[in-house]
Amino acid sequence: MNADPNRLRSIGGAIRTKPRSLPNRAGVGLKPEHFREILLTAPDLGFFEIHAENYMVDGGPFHHFLTRIRERYPLSIHGVGLSIGGEGPLDEAHLDRLALLLDRYEPESFSEHLAWSSHGGAFLNDLLPAPYHAATLARVCEHIDRVQDRLKRRMLLENPATYVEFAASTMTEPDFICEVVRRSGCGLLLDVNNAHIACVNHHHNPHDYIRALPLDEVVQIHLAGFAEDVDAAGAPLLIDSHGSPVAEAVWELYCYTLDWVGPTPTLIERDNDIPAFPVLLAEARHAERILERLIPIVPKAATA
Amino acid sequence: MSTQQVFADALLATEPVCPPGLRTWNDSAPEKRFAVYRNNVIVGLIDALADSFPVTQELVGEQFFRAMAREFVRAQPPRSPVLALYGDGFAEFIEGFPPAAGLPYLADLTRLELMRVQAWHAADAEPLSANRLGRLLADADALPEARFTLHPSLRILRSRHAVVSLWTAHQSESAALALAQFDPAIAETALLRREGLEVEITAIAEGTAVFIELLQRGAAFGLAAEQAMSVDSRFELAATLGMLIRGGVLASVTFPRSTAS
Repeated sequence: MNADPNRLRSIGGAIRTKPRSLPNRAGVGLKPEHFREILLTAPDLGFFEIHAENYMVDGGPFHHFLTRIRERYPLSIHGVGLSIGGEGPLDEAHLDRLALLLDRYEPESFSEHLAWSSHGGAFLNDLLPAPYHAATLARVCEHIDRVQDRLKRRMLLENPATYVEFAASTMTEPDFICEVVRRSGCGLLLDVNNAHIACVNHHHNPHDYIRALPLDEVVQIHLAGFAEDVDAAGAPLLIDSHGSPVAEAVWELYCYTLDWVGPTPTLIERDNDIPAFPVLLAEARHAERILERLIPIVPKAATA
Repeated sequence: MSTQQVFADALLATEPVCPPGLRTWNDSAPEKRFAVYRNNVIVGLIDALADSFPVTQELVGEQFFRAMAREFVRAQPPRSPVLALYGDGFAEFIEGFPPAAGLPYLADLTRLELMRVQAWHAADAEPLSANRLGRLLADADALPEARFTLHPSLRILRSRHAVVSLWTAHQSESAALALAQFDPAIAETALLRREGLEVEITAIAEGTAVFIELLQRGAAFGLAAEQAMSVDSRFELAATLGMLIRGGVLASVTFPRSTAS
């Protein structure tokens, strides 16, 4: 299907062997603003991550650049529109688009969110919260089963950043995630920024929160920046903006997390106020210095 | 009504409402927290439109554009998570948006920008090789029966306004100066095609538009040329063909079985 001669050359020339999982290094989110610079400067990075939906188009510049960058780097494909927490059935047309994209780029990792984003055929373009109770649990597990079945691979589920909780919830977020991972067999993409936001917004202890997650199943980590606001009572309300550097509190929680999970592929996410590429590269370097300090106690099993 | 239906309705509501059943650790009023979601949804979708329709925004100003986009987002949220292609129906919405009535060309400019995004992301296709083209053009008997497939990015927009001149003027810093040099009420037809990684937008004559549209629909080369000539006596086949070849527009060619004998 892919007749790009560059791709054939890369396979023969061993520019990239096909690992089954991302390396235990830092990566950054791939932004169109940086396409040319990445190809020109070939930065030493562990991997790139894309948002799946941005590449669900037939052709043109996005595929042109991603094809060339993918030849040189491991790739993580991160979905933002599957609505796994949605009340309705999964959008099969969207699953088909995902399957096509995954066939085309054969990423080392595929992840999605514990959230919903579509309802009644309308796409709401945000990661929306759901109550943590038996009905949501059954639905989320059913949806993950369908995704893993259709895509013929294990997916990673990302913990959410939320601003409200539901009176109907009967489980804590970490307990809910543990149960989803146990029942569905999916991995956990631990977004440390989201964990920090959730703990500040809902007044939980972040170390307790992290330790309550299924840490044996953490396959990837996300780091990003947040914005600060206050709620109606003047208490801090953090917003998952992806528009600023990783905060000091999140770096600290990252170090704490790594002490428990060992070296783990780590992404620097930036989706708003996108800086020059070297700024993101410097944050990735910072994450790698932290990763390199670690002495893995138990080598992580290959998970893909 | 389902919980998510209530939640979704509250996200898109004009008035700041808040769904029931929300809880906060400090018993603070949840409206403020729910407003983060309302803001994320609406602002995110407005930003998506602003990315795809930069000239529309320049023509009306950022404040006006965002107010107009906000109403469109609420009335017609996207039906697909593929936001790159969001904006179908925006031009028609603008046509029926009374505050924009003073700019009669605005909706067509929006149409042009939507087509530009579609052309930008359209499927790739290799052009016919120079060798194949050379042999084809030398065969005066076969050429009239040839059916070409054109590049998938190719699009045509007919407007009662000078959309190409308007769009082009807004690609430079000195837009105001360039704008003074043409009359926006003069009709123009736009040809959009992706060449390399860029979408080229040029004004074309009616004969050229008819010719390309017929080829797109699978008409024989000879018939398309005749039709183009009949609607536009100034149609120049050689020049048009040259433009299509240089632009890599001719992607493949077939000859129907009936004419092979």
